[in-house]
Amino acid sequence: MTNTWQDIKNANVVIVMGGNAAEAHPCGFKWVIEAKIENGAKLVVVDPRFTRTASVADLYAPIRPGTDIAFLSGLIRYLLEKDKIQHDYVRAFTNAGLIAKEEFGFQDGLFTGYNEETHSYDKSSWDYELDDQGFAKVDDTWQHPRCVINLLRKHVDRYTPEMVSRITGTPQDKFLQVCELLATTSEPDKALTSLFALGWTQHSIGAQNIRTMAMVQLLLGNIGVAGGGMNALRGHSNIQGLTDIGLLSNQMPGYMTLPSDKEATFNDYMKTRQFTPLRPGQISYWQNYRKFFVSFQKSIYGKAASAENNWAYDWLPKLDLPMYDIIRAFEMMNKGEINGYICQGFNPLQAFPDRGKIRRGLRKLKFLVTMDPLDTETSRFWEDFGPQNPSDAAAIQTEVFQLPTNCFAEENGSLVNSARWLQWHWKAAEPPGQARSDIWIMAGIFRRLKELYQKEGGAFSDALMNLSWNYADPASPDPEELAKEMNGRTLADITDPTTGAATLKAGQLLDSFAQLKDDGTTVSGCWIFTGCFTEKGNQMARRETTDPRDQGIAPGWAWAWPANRRILYNRASADLAGKAWNPKKPIIEWNGERWVGIDVPDMPPTAAPSAGVGPFIMNAEGLGRLFARATMAEGPFPEHYEPLESPAENVLHPKVRSNPAARVFADDRESFGAASDFPYVATTYRLTEHFHYWTKHALINAILQPEEFVEIGEELAKEKGIAQADWVKVSSKRGDVVCKAYVTKRIKPLMVDGKPTHVIGCPIHWGFTGQARKGYGANTLTPSVGDANTQTPEFKAFLVNVAKSNGPEV
Amino acid sequence: MSDLQAQDFIRISATTLTPPTARNHEQEVAKLIDVSRCIGCKACQSACMEWNNLRPEVGHFEGSYDNPMDLEPSVWTLMRFAEWENEKGDLEWLIRKDGCMHCEDPGCLKACPAPGAIVQYANGIVDFISENCIGCGYCEKGCPFNIPRVSKVDHKSYKCTLCSDRVTVGLEPACVKACPTGAIMFGSKADMTEWAGERVDELKSRGFENAGLYDPPGVGGTHVMYVLQHADKPAIYAGLPEDPHISEFVGFWKGLIKPVALAGMAFTAAAAFLHWITVGPNTVDAEDDHHAEELIRSAKEKSA
Repeated sequence: MTNTWQDIKNANVVIVMGGNAAEAHPCGFKWVIEAKIENGAKLVVVDPRFTRTASVADLYAPIRPGTDIAFLSGLIRYLLEKDKIQHDYVRAFTNAGLIAKEEFGFQDGLFTGYNEETHSYDKSSWDYELDDQGFAKVDDTWQHPRCVINLLRKHVDRYTPEMVSRITGTPQDKFLQVCELLATTSEPDKALTSLFALGWTQHSIGAQNIRTMAMVQLLLGNIGVAGGGMNALRGHSNIQGLTDIGLLSNQMPGYMTLPSDKEATFNDYMKTRQFTPLRPGQISYWQNYRKFFVSFQKSIYGKAASAENNWAYDWLPKLDLPMYDIIRAFEMMNKGEINGYICQGFNPLQAFPDRGKIRRGLRKLKFLVTMDPLDTETSRFWEDFGPQNPSDAAAIQTEVFQLPTNCFAEENGSLVNSARWLQWHWKAAEPPGQARSDIWIMAGIFRRLKELYQKEGGAFSDALMNLSWNYADPASPDPEELAKEMNGRTLADITDPTTGAATLKAGQLLDSFAQLKDDGTTVSGCWIFTGCFTEKGNQMARRETTDPRDQGIAPGWAWAWPANRRILYNRASADLAGKAWNPKKPIIEWNGERWVGIDVPDMPPTAAPSAGVGPFIMNAEGLGRLFARATMAEGPFPEHYEPLESPAENVLHPKVRSNPAARVFADDRESFGAASDFPYVATTYRLTEHFHYWTKHALINAILQPEEFVEIGEELAKEKGIAQADWVKVSSKRGDVVCKAYVTKRIKPLMVDGKPTHVIGCPIHWGFTGQARKGYGANTLTPSVGDANTQTPEFKAFLVNVAKSNGPEV
Repeated sequence: MSDLQAQDFIRISATTLTPPTARNHEQEVAKLIDVSRCIGCKACQSACMEWNNLRPEVGHFEGSYDNPMDLEPSVWTLMRFAEWENEKGDLEWLIRKDGCMHCEDPGCLKACPAPGAIVQYANGIVDFISENCIGCGYCEKGCPFNIPRVSKVDHKSYKCTLCSDRVTVGLEPACVKACPTGAIMFGSKADMTEWAGERVDELKSRGFENAGLYDPPGVGGTHVMYVLQHADKPAIYAGLPEDPHISEFVGFWKGLIKPVALAGMAFTAAAAFLHWITVGPNTVDAEDDHHAEELIRSAKEKSA
């Protein structure tokens, strides 16, 4: 979230699209209700199904799964055409006036630089034209034909209301009602908040879905303001923390990135991470990358990382591929290229696409270690559970080690919520049986590996042998020790370079990432967390509820990264003179000398508005990007591409139907079905009664939603002779699910390019372990393809067939 | 089972005794369920099961999100989901939390023939006192909302207590505490009625012209009230009664049939006495004994 849960109450319009906040985030959704009741806010829901969120909405519009970019591009076209943008904001705070390179272009569904063989782009033309000082050229009058706003206008011109309706199936009048309502927030004192989740991420064009809405929010002047923002509602209580500390194959803590194998030396690596400002006077905060990186290396390698060995750069893994994501990992498992798997806090047999392929992959492993508080399906994949998991256990040679772990309430620690708050929690109970903490287990594995290397030696053990491991009990590091390590401390006395006076003593915990150094005198395991555990104590454990303006900002409650800032880009909440756009809900304002207000300024506190420092300080040009430069895999502007499995042609450019930059493995391509065999669009989702695949292990949740079902519209049910609660078989090219049918008015056929298109909804929660009734799992049906940037699987749009059935064959 | 003392009672089933009025200083309470801000998350259902330690069976999918499908001796509250297309052709998904309405004039209490099995407290809560319940099921017949359910296991009748045990010690009912969107509120009936008025005004400003408070006068008002978007059509909310009244049968029972029935019971007792002095007591053979033990064992297993 750029903003916070509480801040939603300040919105004038709330749009839930690409998510189902009431259903999946019922506790946080209270703030939407608060916005409605206390702030007169209107709630808009755009979703293939009439959801629980829609049940309390003021306006609902249906949409075909996987066509959000067409809808939102049509919205951008509407805003530009009706001139419903916040002009001063867009001019000063976005790259609307910057001039793109002459070589940049878009034709027939492809941007310049496409390579058909590699399915990827040479992105060199996707950038600004630079002047001789290396700054991006700008035309503040927006007259230049290649300034971003004019290129955008041209790009979205094709998305007329007729075209939007033709692609998305959304009736034109509903689409226009949504446009009209959202456009009201272009007033400087009105705000729209966008609440989204996996409904946008889990597409082959997921990242671009979100970008398109971010562009809408920039045009409406709604980023950085109270009640505005792009608010990703995270699905697990600590999934924000997972991304923050970089638990992805190509990431490092604090959104630093692992080197590729083309970056053989530390200097090569740093060259592409200089982040030179692209406009005069801009902060381009990533210029400090080296400080964050060196402090991180010092944190994991201690004395073994030094200037002499380039801070142990050589010990870092170098990627030969963009990433080793889950889809690739299981592809490799199926090919026998991965034969051991430590599966910590994950249930791939339920959670990863194409269950059959996951099962086949697990069968080929030599060993599988699962670490989980629950008896997961993955741990029991080898066992015969009947039609929901048929198996010939004797034919499977995988050795499975099932290590029970405690759950979060059975240990101290912190969780990062969607609003980036690190909240400390305290152990409430002893773990049952032999359950142990993940930390204890990982420490045990590490120590045993180290012993083995010591005894037997082995190729390139430096990266492991040199790890610093300074904990009071090496077998079980304390969560507080780890938290302090992530926060960081000094290794030597630090003096002020101008006065020479000592500012920090050696060994002192740091207050801010601004104190980090690139000379090896500071350590920090995750620079964005610096300030969470200081000499003043554990800031995450704070529970002060004072909210000075009753605007949902209580700075003394827990601690938010970065720097305890609650609303990102909050400089943009004030106009060019530093006065709040919305005087009733100011966040920070310029008082003539400094920025003051209820939040930590996202700006140097004494940088006067006249200095023209852009509010988007992480971007090299200091501006919000309507044109993404080379940061995205499939283009600097979002474009509508059909899901990999779709019933419709791409009417904009038939030759480029789906995401041209999507990575598809050959065997996966074979497993994609065609609309002739699988004529219905399916989408997967969660129900409020369950949390993923966990709560089916809890009796009360199992009672509240006991059995697997799919949702089918009344028209399709009639066509297929399916009555309420009948058994049905839902099939994709990858597998079948036999479950009950919920025949509902909440899904209606959509007219897509003149053809009625039916949508089938597949809730995901049931498996073959736990207290609820056994189910096949919706991932039996889903295709193995991901977003081109993140490889997040396309769970939200694929093709199936449905037929009446007699129930599972036993 | 009541945690309260007799001084709290203002009405007691099947008795002509006038209850003490020692608690006449007590405020009447009410639970207000604002259907327009309910998201159907079932947190209330879950909290009810946890607080009252109820665990119905894991059921089946039966063609709706209503789970379990109906109120049961171990299901005291239930979300009922209704898909309704309005006059404009737009879909509305009406989600109503069903359960005891705690009528001011409780039909269950009036119909109950067991002295003290159903009581009403000074704060308006209607409670079932299990040890006095004879499991006859007349409360089911007397209730205009079809709420009480008699257990086949212990032959006692059960329903929502409005968490009388919590309310007595100054806590809100468990469902109220669990509700994430504030759709369930609890307080004095006067405050809840006033707040409902504000909510109704707000709903009218959003175009729900017939928004209103459901506090049906036919049962003297209720201590569980609804804010409805369409108060002119309560039936669209999964069959909420338009104008609930205590069944005429109950009035008939109270007025005419009850003395006759009581006379019938007296006759039965007299006949039994006659049987005893003329024929001797009924004997219980080993098979009867065994059968009775089986019944008790299975009842215990089920309740465990």
